[in-house]
Amino acid sequence: MKRIEGISKLTGRERYVDDLPLEGFLWGATVRSPAARGRIKAIHFGTDIDWSQFVIVDHRDIPGPNEVAMIERDMPILAASEVRHAHEAILCLAHPDRHELRRAVASVRVEIEPEEPYLDFVAEPTQSQIQYGSDNVFKHIAVNKGDVEQALAEADVIIEGVYETGAQEHVYIEPQGMVAWEDDAGVLRLTGSLQCPYYVLNALMHGLNRTAEQVRVIQASTGGAFGGKEDYPSIIGLHTALLTLKAGCPVKMIYDRGEDLAATTKRHPSHIRHRTGFARDGRLLAQDIDIRLDAGAYVTLSPVVLSRCVIHAAGPYQCANVRINGQAVMTNRVPFGAFRGFGAPQSHFANERHMDAAARQLGIGPAELRRINLIRDGQQTATGQVINDGTDRVGLLDDALSRADYGRLREAHRAFNASNPYRRRGIGIATFHHGAGFTGSGEVDLASVVNVAGLADGRVEVQVANTEMGQGALTVLTQIAAARLGYDTNDIVIAPADTALVPNSGPTVASRTAMVVGFLIEQACDDLQAGVMQAAACDQRPVGAHLKQAIQIVVSQTEDHQPIIGSATYGKPPDVHWDEATYTGSAYGTYAWAAYVASVEVDLRTFVTTVTDFVAVQEIGTVLNEGLARGQIEGGVVQAIGWALSEECLWDEQGGMSNAQLTNYIIPTSCDVPLNIDVGFVENPYAYGAQGAKGIGELPMDGPAAAVLNAIADATGVNPTVVPMTPERLMELLVPNE
Amino acid sequence: MSDQTAHGTVPIACSINGRAYSLDVQVNERLLDVLRYRLGLTGTKEGCGEGECGACTVLLDGLPVNSCLVPAYQVDGRSVETVEGTDEQWAAHLHEHGTTQCGACTPGVVMTARWLDDTNPEDLSVREALAGNLCRCTGYRGICEGIKATLKARQQSSNEEGNP
Repeated sequence: MKRIEGISKLTGRERYVDDLPLEGFLWGATVRSPAARGRIKAIHFGTDIDWSQFVIVDHRDIPGPNEVAMIERDMPILAASEVRHAHEAILCLAHPDRHELRRAVASVRVEIEPEEPYLDFVAEPTQSQIQYGSDNVFKHIAVNKGDVEQALAEADVIIEGVYETGAQEHVYIEPQGMVAWEDDAGVLRLTGSLQCPYYVLNALMHGLNRTAEQVRVIQASTGGAFGGKEDYPSIIGLHTALLTLKAGCPVKMIYDRGEDLAATTKRHPSHIRHRTGFARDGRLLAQDIDIRLDAGAYVTLSPVVLSRCVIHAAGPYQCANVRINGQAVMTNRVPFGAFRGFGAPQSHFANERHMDAAARQLGIGPAELRRINLIRDGQQTATGQVINDGTDRVGLLDDALSRADYGRLREAHRAFNASNPYRRRGIGIATFHHGAGFTGSGEVDLASVVNVAGLADGRVEVQVANTEMGQGALTVLTQIAAARLGYDTNDIVIAPADTALVPNSGPTVASRTAMVVGFLIEQACDDLQAGVMQAAACDQRPVGAHLKQAIQIVVSQTEDHQPIIGSATYGKPPDVHWDEATYTGSAYGTYAWAAYVASVEVDLRTFVTTVTDFVAVQEIGTVLNEGLARGQIEGGVVQAIGWALSEECLWDEQGGMSNAQLTNYIIPTSCDVPLNIDVGFVENPYAYGAQGAKGIGELPMDGPAAAVLNAIADATGVNPTVVPMTPERLMELLVPNE
Repeated sequence: MSDQTAHGTVPIACSINGRAYSLDVQVNERLLDVLRYRLGLTGTKEGCGEGECGACTVLLDGLPVNSCLVPAYQVDGRSVETVEGTDEQWAAHLHEHGTTQCGACTPGVVMTARWLDDTNPEDLSVREALAGNLCRCTGYRGICEGIKATLKARQQSSNEEGNP
């Protein structure tokens, strides 16, 4: 099935938030902190502006607590007395004219009494830099399995390494944007570019001191998100809402790219140390892993990002002795938040680079070292979760190697390198996994609800809060419902993601939509069929045309022709047990597994790395829609190649992003990436996913950086340990004395 | 006012998607804003406002330009084509190849593709032509294949029309 909204997007008819018709509105804008950390001494309004024409909102205009409700409530909606990062929001302004608004923002001078910022998250903070507890670490997570110290003492070889990754910006092509207005009934409505309507609803209820009935959040078509529209829309949503309430008219706030790059969340920078004990034959005996994530100035989603980072840190391998210590540390940078992969890309980068470095030191081929250690059915992960899914993980790797023609290419590259004066070719591998759905008890805590409604005309409406942001949710959820009911896909309607119309089926994150929400849709469809069967006194469960007809009859017999509803609420699969206190058990209901192979060419004159070929083989349960799934993998691989090679946030002395422009924050273009990514799917249906599907969206972000840097190592003989491996960094490795 | 030079209007006459317009535009107004906020042609998107991402690509006298970098007064006497003026056959063809995901870059991509179709430059590949249209979703394979297939199909149908 083709993408449902494809034609609408290709013709330009699709309406994103800035495209929606709106009359009599003001534009909104934000005044931000110039400093990394300090007390707000004074706010000076420039005399070149007629301020009577402006609506001005500060922290005193907030009806509820000055807190953005997320996991914690530490982040203010608008800074009141102190700032903790450059570009932190202090005031919001609104005016009918966008040019005047820009002039006004520029004319406000915020005077800050500076305090010493903590910007280098790897270094121990000095006394004056401490802002949380005794060391700025606000979340510790530990995994302990077996006896690491004894196993290290007995290991034949101990291999150590330190790996670092930088911040990555989402660069959804449509920047953040919101429109707010109050309707005639006094309900505050907010529509915008967002992933999780109920997250925004909760933040509005808390900050505006309103009930759920007094607020309504509606997703507009969303031009890319990648996690960047998971937590941040709560902030811009609150700002827009506050302006609307004060102005008494609709307000539209659309970030320009510079503001979006500078002020919104990014992928957490990481510093990961591995100390690993191996037997001479390559068996993993002990993994000792320390993880430190830069969380930025506020907690946002960092505890959960750290959790996923820790759980994936030991990789898809069997090892009896594992110790992982994870820390999320509060700094004075922009808060880091959700981004596709959610901690796992950092972990897998470190672990897969480390496996390659180990293979070289052990004198064992990188593929062979992985074959020896890949987890087999019946073996346990670092958290003691027994894997028993029947997936042939070694076979997956061998499939990827065979598709890449790995053995022949390695030889060919050696010959090429020996004969070429300045070009070096290499090939690299990564094997990895990604836990599907929320971590640990997350899905149980969410208790997602899905409804399906049989309508008067017999069509069925799927009511979920999950959103289309380019990944294909509308299409796949339609397919799932249609298949379950025996319906034509044209007779399935997906309700708008509007909190007044759909139940809370949980956020559109964590690769959970097709798998978890899709599975609930199947159960809700079953419930609908059972309800129709009873109401229409059918002999057997109605499907297809019979069901459609039966729904028409049942609905026509009710008062007001109310739809007949089928419903489902999340229930934990029986074998999933997780202990949050000890970090043991089933961290995820299931995992997707993957083996990626990258080929690169490095130019020793320019130090530019080009990815020439890429093979991505994965087991993701059932493939629901091959075209969309392939698009997810290709797009994820390319986004990860950007992270690996070119995407780098540079910081000024106040900790703000100094390259907040697409001119010098470099994402891949069509000429920077291979267009021949060989995507392979191995199917192994999962019992608790829709039609057997597992999560897919994040997986392709996890492996490419390691595969690409492993290929650079193979090509050049150096040991690159930092992402992004820009030409400048590679030059320093290749010509260290110059 | 500190930036009085940025005020004042200029009368222009131009053609947009084949229709004649007479407008008074601000001297500091961008073509992108005229299209989106005055004429309601919201298919053209703003992705960066600095000519890097190509989401706002339109054809100006047949050439692809970033409409965020074109002052509207420069369009006087000229012709603009946007995604809204594009034959729906384009969408139908591109739809077959996973050319769009989130859709934010898509209208700009379509306009670059139309320019390729109009000019058929021999020394430029589809991939090179698209280097000015950033996409964050697809990985570009779907876009390039979709455009190649569409160009081929359009060539075939125009050949058939030419040889009845």
